[in-house]
Amino acid sequence: MKRIAVLVAGVLALGAMGWADNALLINGAGATFPYPIYSKWFDEYHKKNPNIQFNYQSVGSGAGIKQTTEGTVDFGATDGPMNDDQLKNFQDKRGSAILHFPTVLGADVPTYNVPGVSGALNFTPEVLAGIFLGKITKWNDPAIAGANKGVNLPANDIIVVHRSDGSGTTYIWTDYLSKVSDEWKSKVSKGTSVNWPVGLGGKGNEGVTGLIKQTPNSMGYVELIYAAQNNIPYGAVKNSSGNFVKADLAGVSAAAAGAAKEIPDDFRVSITNAPGKNAYPISSFTWLLIPQKFQDAGKREAVKGFLKWMLTDGQNYAEALSYAKLPKEIVEKEKKAINNIQ
Amino acid sequence: MATSGTTLPNAGPVTGSRSFLSRLRDGDEIARLITMVFAATVVLITLLLVYELWSNSALARTKFGLHFFVTQVWDPVIDQYGALPFMYGTLVTSALALLIAVPLGIGAAIFLAELAPPRTSDTLQFFIDLLAAVPSVIYGLLGVFIIVPLMRTVIFPGLNKPLGFLPFFKGPSYGVGFLTAGIVLAIMVIPYIISVSREVLLSVPRDQREAALALGSTRWESTWKVVVPFAKTGILGSIFLALARALGETMAVTMVIGNTPTISASLFSPGDSIASVIANQFTEATGDLYLQALVELGLVLFLMTFILNGLARLLIVVTTQRGSGVPV
Amino acid sequence: MSARVKWRRFVSNFMLTLTGLCALVSVSVLFLILGYLVFNGGTSINWAFFTQLPKPVGEAGGGMANAIVGSAKLLMAASLLGVPIGFLGGIYLAEFSGSAVASVVRYAADLLNGVPSIVIVIFAYSMVVLPFKHFSTLAGAFALGLMMIPITLRSTEEFLNGVPRYLREGAMALGASKWKTIASVVVPAAYRGILTAILLALARVAGETAPLLFTAFGNRFWSQGWEQPTASLPVMIFTYAVSPYEDWHRQAWAAGLVLLGLILIINILARTILSRGIAVPRS
Repeated sequence: MKRIAVLVAGVLALGAMGWADNALLINGAGATFPYPIYSKWFDEYHKKNPNIQFNYQSVGSGAGIKQTTEGTVDFGATDGPMNDDQLKNFQDKRGSAILHFPTVLGADVPTYNVPGVSGALNFTPEVLAGIFLGKITKWNDPAIAGANKGVNLPANDIIVVHRSDGSGTTYIWTDYLSKVSDEWKSKVSKGTSVNWPVGLGGKGNEGVTGLIKQTPNSMGYVELIYAAQNNIPYGAVKNSSGNFVKADLAGVSAAAAGAAKEIPDDFRVSITNAPGKNAYPISSFTWLLIPQKFQDAGKREAVKGFLKWMLTDGQNYAEALSYAKLPKEIVEKEKKAINNIQ
Repeated sequence: MATSGTTLPNAGPVTGSRSFLSRLRDGDEIARLITMVFAATVVLITLLLVYELWSNSALARTKFGLHFFVTQVWDPVIDQYGALPFMYGTLVTSALALLIAVPLGIGAAIFLAELAPPRTSDTLQFFIDLLAAVPSVIYGLLGVFIIVPLMRTVIFPGLNKPLGFLPFFKGPSYGVGFLTAGIVLAIMVIPYIISVSREVLLSVPRDQREAALALGSTRWESTWKVVVPFAKTGILGSIFLALARALGETMAVTMVIGNTPTISASLFSPGDSIASVIANQFTEATGDLYLQALVELGLVLFLMTFILNGLARLLIVVTTQRGSGVPV
Repeated sequence: MSARVKWRRFVSNFMLTLTGLCALVSVSVLFLILGYLVFNGGTSINWAFFTQLPKPVGEAGGGMANAIVGSAKLLMAASLLGVPIGFLGGIYLAEFSGSAVASVVRYAADLLNGVPSIVIVIFAYSMVVLPFKHFSTLAGAFALGLMMIPITLRSTEEFLNGVPRYLREGAMALGASKWKTIASVVVPAAYRGILTAILLALARVAGETAPLLFTAFGNRFWSQGWEQPTASLPVMIFTYAVSPYEDWHRQAWAAGLVLLGLILIINILARTILSRGIAVPRS
């Protein structure tokens, strides 16, 4: 009995001790998509400012919005902008507005596993909507064959794979489909989690990729950086100008540049199906959610300092990790917006 | 016979309860009170949990009422929610898991307790206990990388060709599905069955076995007909533990079940379970009705656990002879 | 020897071999898992893994030192909550209570056991995180401790009930009061089983991810004291395993191995430090 008591006391004492560290800890929660670049940024920033620790955890865009609204974390991150209800909710709960700051750009790509096909297939918006609605069921459907002349498509059933967990990736994909297909818009619409007409669900990009790799004749959607880092075949999508664009950083930046001229002041904009002949149509911003008013002056200055760094030096880290940089116009606009944080 | 002269001091009542104070002095009453408080805490926590689930799902409950139990639609965009496919998936995967794990687990426990030499038994048990510590995420990943292809290439053809006429074994199979989830769950719950059953079997007094053997029974007969019944309640307790684990498992199931709200008799069909869908959508859910519908799903699972436990206990009471002292 | 006896002998050998097969299957599954982890993650286990903080992707090295310490802290604190409640509650059920009350408590414990970890976290979040408006190690320990209670309670009761009557009666005949009988005779007799149950409960919560996501949250840096968010092995495994980077995948497998190693060490330590002579000889 005594042994146990001593053990317990020892453990408690050990746990309570902390390294005499006076660092300021700032917690953030949100999207999984930008987690790699955010962890890189926060790490680099910490090296330059050892007294500031930004602790970001990828728990999901929805959870990020929720936790920021509840006040359990200092900032959030999301792949899909907050809607008006959520903005109002934040205002009511925390007595301040919440600001969106785009950080980098990403894209969703259509991936597939078709026996005998090793190159990039071309997909039109109608084909994508048709497949995910369950109306186009075979790989050698005339609509698919028409866009892929010369490719030997088998007469097999298409097995659709989508995300089972709520995610910004799904939001981007369904947002695009809603724009290009009225039937999709009325039947399914857009969201981080939707009622899929057909298909299997995989958890996370990892789950979707795993399923596709193992299931012949399947197709699904994953983030660009995921496809690029794992060398999985993905197709080109026809953009609003009629060109088939295979997703790459240039195409994504082109989509953002097209939207830059009309971007609203609060930066909440969807850039799927953006205009521009080189634009990749399934691109999106990802945002940091920063409260407009900070109680703690130390945290406020740290956050403002980080944002300024992120918009200048930080952008240089993006491409190495397969994220697209923000266009210059948007960077300038954001720099001005930082001054709104009080 | 009382003697005259000296009077013996009053020794108090011989049978029945002693006075409260004297019990208190002995420490028994304190011990009883202290342990009672802790036991009551468990009930309190459970009640508090139910209360939280109940109050946090109020919106959803008033909106859907009993329809929640029979609706098959789950659509976060139009805010229409129903629990039926998930209830089905939870039941099927847990049943499959127990069907696989219970015979395997009890068999292994018997081997470890009765046949294996003590040191081997201890070492093997050590390792089996480790199985319980493997994070469910890793089980999920292993399920995706090993069991899903196995299902598609070996198990499905193996069962579908000879038995495909039965509704349980109809194709097609994508690798993920009810049976895959059931197998992964079985692996996850086996350590509980083996570990607890083995300990209980080991604690059966030696004389029971020896008596049976002395009466001419074979080794197996003495084990199966004497030792195991003696340890029955412990073994059943371990099965309850396993069932509870299977019902509530989230991560591993969600990676291998296919995540489509489907109700199908085929074991190879993809489906979904309550715990899996809550885990998948809770972190991203925004919108009060959506969140509350998910919490209501949690409440439904609680209800299912309640009923399943009750049925199991009823079964035990009915099939056990009266007065054999089986605590339920 | 009559045919009937021959048959019974055959059945006996057959069934016993079958049980051996069951044990073989169970154990080989474990070795398969261990092998897979070692094969995929073994290369990532080096000194850096145990001593360094996580590094962002693209930079070589980096480790999970804070996650290892965090997991250890969480498990210790969770045991402080879960073990006493489960253990003492089990004593009450086995020794002091009538069958009606015992039934209710047992039922409640089984229900609690069946609650999915994601629902426990909803509960723990609203009880311990929301009121204080921040994530903390204590909140994580609370969630994990809750999950330990039912297994500990049921198993403690089970094993205490299994202690033979004559031990109790012997002690009482010698004049020991009830609690003294329990403390010095019954519990030590059932000790092995109870310890097994506690370690099983510990193993179970050690690998849980969901309860920690919204209680202990996670931390890229060292966590100070008990009030800050902390990294933990299961959360790191989850974050890394679903990422796009091969290097992080390997680290996730390695972390799985380290977690198993941690549990193994706790197992060994517990069995040796807390061991005493066993009153009832093994049959």
